[in-house]
Amino acid sequence: MAEPHIPHPDLPPPVSSVGPIGWLRRNLLSSPLNIVLTLLALYLLTIAIPPLLSWAVLNATWSGDSRDACQASHGACWVFIRVHFDQFMYGFYPEGQRWRVDLSALLLIFSAAPLFIRAVPSLVKLRLSLSILVLYPLIAFLLLSGGRFGLSVVETSRWGGLLLTLVIAGVGMTAALPLGILLALGRRSQLPAIQTLCVTFIEFWRGVPLITVLFMSSVMLPLFLPTGMNFDKLLRALIGVSLFQAAYMAEVVRGGLQAIPKGQFEAAAALGLGFWKMMGLIVLPQALKLVIPGIVNTFIALFKDTSLVLIIGLFDLLNTVHNATTNPAWLGFSTEGYVFAAAVYWLFCFGMSRYSQSLEKRLHTGHKR
Amino acid sequence: MMTTDHAPAKPPFWNNPQVRAVAFQAIALIATVSFGLYLFANTQANLQRLGIASGFDFLSSPAGFDIIQSLIPYSATASYGQVFWVALLNTLLVAALGVILATLLGFVIGVARLSKNWLIARLALIYVETFRNIPLLLQIFFWYFAVLRSMPAPRLSYSLGDVVFLNIRGLYLPAPQVEPGFGWAIAAFGIAVFLTLVLVRWARQRQAATGRQFPVVSAALALLLCLPLLTFWLAGSPLHWQLPELQGFNFRGGWVLIPEMASLLLALTIYTAAFIAEIVRAGIQAVSHGQTEASFSLGMNPGKTLRLIILPQALRVIIPPLTNQYLNLTKNSSLAAAIGYPDLVSSFAGTVLNQTGQAIECIAITMAVYLSISLLISLLMNLYNRRAALVER
Repeated sequence: MAEPHIPHPDLPPPVSSVGPIGWLRRNLLSSPLNIVLTLLALYLLTIAIPPLLSWAVLNATWSGDSRDACQASHGACWVFIRVHFDQFMYGFYPEGQRWRVDLSALLLIFSAAPLFIRAVPSLVKLRLSLSILVLYPLIAFLLLSGGRFGLSVVETSRWGGLLLTLVIAGVGMTAALPLGILLALGRRSQLPAIQTLCVTFIEFWRGVPLITVLFMSSVMLPLFLPTGMNFDKLLRALIGVSLFQAAYMAEVVRGGLQAIPKGQFEAAAALGLGFWKMMGLIVLPQALKLVIPGIVNTFIALFKDTSLVLIIGLFDLLNTVHNATTNPAWLGFSTEGYVFAAAVYWLFCFGMSRYSQSLEKRLHTGHKR
Repeated sequence: MMTTDHAPAKPPFWNNPQVRAVAFQAIALIATVSFGLYLFANTQANLQRLGIASGFDFLSSPAGFDIIQSLIPYSATASYGQVFWVALLNTLLVAALGVILATLLGFVIGVARLSKNWLIARLALIYVETFRNIPLLLQIFFWYFAVLRSMPAPRLSYSLGDVVFLNIRGLYLPAPQVEPGFGWAIAAFGIAVFLTLVLVRWARQRQAATGRQFPVVSAALALLLCLPLLTFWLAGSPLHWQLPELQGFNFRGGWVLIPEMASLLLALTIYTAAFIAEIVRAGIQAVSHGQTEASFSLGMNPGKTLRLIILPQALRVIIPPLTNQYLNLTKNSSLAAAIGYPDLVSSFAGTVLNQTGQAIECIAITMAVYLSISLLISLLMNLYNRRAALVER
């Protein structure tokens, strides 16, 4: 009688190919070259991390309110940031009036919050965002500059710090996107005169550095204007930044327009839609969705470029920090100051890029390969 | 002929597309031209009122200020026109060095992003995400004010084997001093380049005719290295290094990299390399994996697969955005104005403009230079694109 065949139970996979050890072998030690690279990276980390950690955290001074508190240690002096924090946020905005800045920030956060909640229907979102787009700038301008409703006037030259950075970035973004869309439509237009004008405009602004544009807005604009008329310095910077980024935005949007198949245009025309309806209802919704990464990249570039206004003497976040590091009472803390400013800029830019990635994923209606 | 009663009513003329097209264009043109004329009239009036001269005569008047770095002979008695050339060369110098260094660093980081080694890939990712999200100007300020301006005075310099010195005045390197006879080595290098070209041509023809390959790369390297070095040695090593030496309060001799240039170059390289790394990664990932598999199944080894199959296809994706980054780097080099590196914007649109007051001319010249660099490079780019683009049906 033959014994019935009883299969052995499966052996567990070798210890070296699963679990943490398997992961190490696959990802760090898979070949001699890989082992060398791993060792090199580990070496780099061991020489970089401990000193950084001890400077930024372990030996750093966190409490105190004058530079004497930092005399004892060799680490970072975060007291410098603490003491100047309000200045970094508001610039030279009068201290008693800073609630106005806080209020306008809170207003924006609370009114825009529903836009980020998925359960809110999209029609409500559209109406809300349009009304924010129209109303918020007016309200914020009234709040910040004052002069009405018993609010004291605060000239734009006293705005500064993160406030000014956000004002320039916000205005720049809201102006650059519609302008860029118009320019892109103009560039794709069949009318030769319109097309030439738009191409010239776009290529001019894209060909010169922003810094020369800002120089131009500060030294040449006064010559262009009729005698006696004078622009606010901030307004000049805003115009320069907006026009500059609009040209880049136009190229991004054009990329999206070119990716829309001709059939979409023809179908819209066959339905009897005019130019603006065809663009607004059929083409642009598809084209803009395609180029969300590009649009957000332009926004990020715009946000970083706001730091250039220090060239024309505006006190944005970077210039406020730079100014504080040259304060004779606080000399020698420039590293702390720049690291703080870098962290703030980084948070905003990284946040934007992450948000665009999630937006892209959410709006992706096609088939994922 | 017969006319129908219910022929559609003739649409009003303002609904006629042709009429509309002409009208819109006319309105746009008239608006632009009249806006331009308005600005021109204002400018004329303002210039007259302020008593500012116009025209380019100021270019030949003496400048009267010094420039801390100049590639061509320059003194304070030179003209504003010469300032322009000095400034332009400084811009081109920092842009060219920046392009080379950023490309090297960017390719290394971009390949590291795709490394199978988890640690290396993570480090590269952290590098990219950190540096491309921090404004370039902030990075320049960091390197200039927080690092290089905090270096010790010359007497307390950091030194590397008493050959290289780093202090608040800059980085002091030994300077090569050429003696007669060095020309032979250069001539030998020229001959080696010529021979390499001949070799490449011959190897290609032979491969086309017989299918046999020749180790061109190693042969060319040997030729390019050995021939000049041998000549150099035969000519009696006609080159020595002049070391920087501390004399009094400063260093003399040697070659100095001023802190303005060093910080600008560092920041431009690190910032642009982060963008180039992403371009390189995307380019390599754009080549489908089937290409690698097909190449392996044809019996090519990984090195050849990379060189002959993947890179040529990846480059087609990489090069257009890469050129854009080069342009960005060149334009970003104008941030030199913030730390006083004597580039075009800082010396010409800054100092010269302030001294002469001729804002329009100075800004126009500066913008024209950047604009022509941009247009030239995009022209070359379009030519390349036409050659490299996929031929589609």
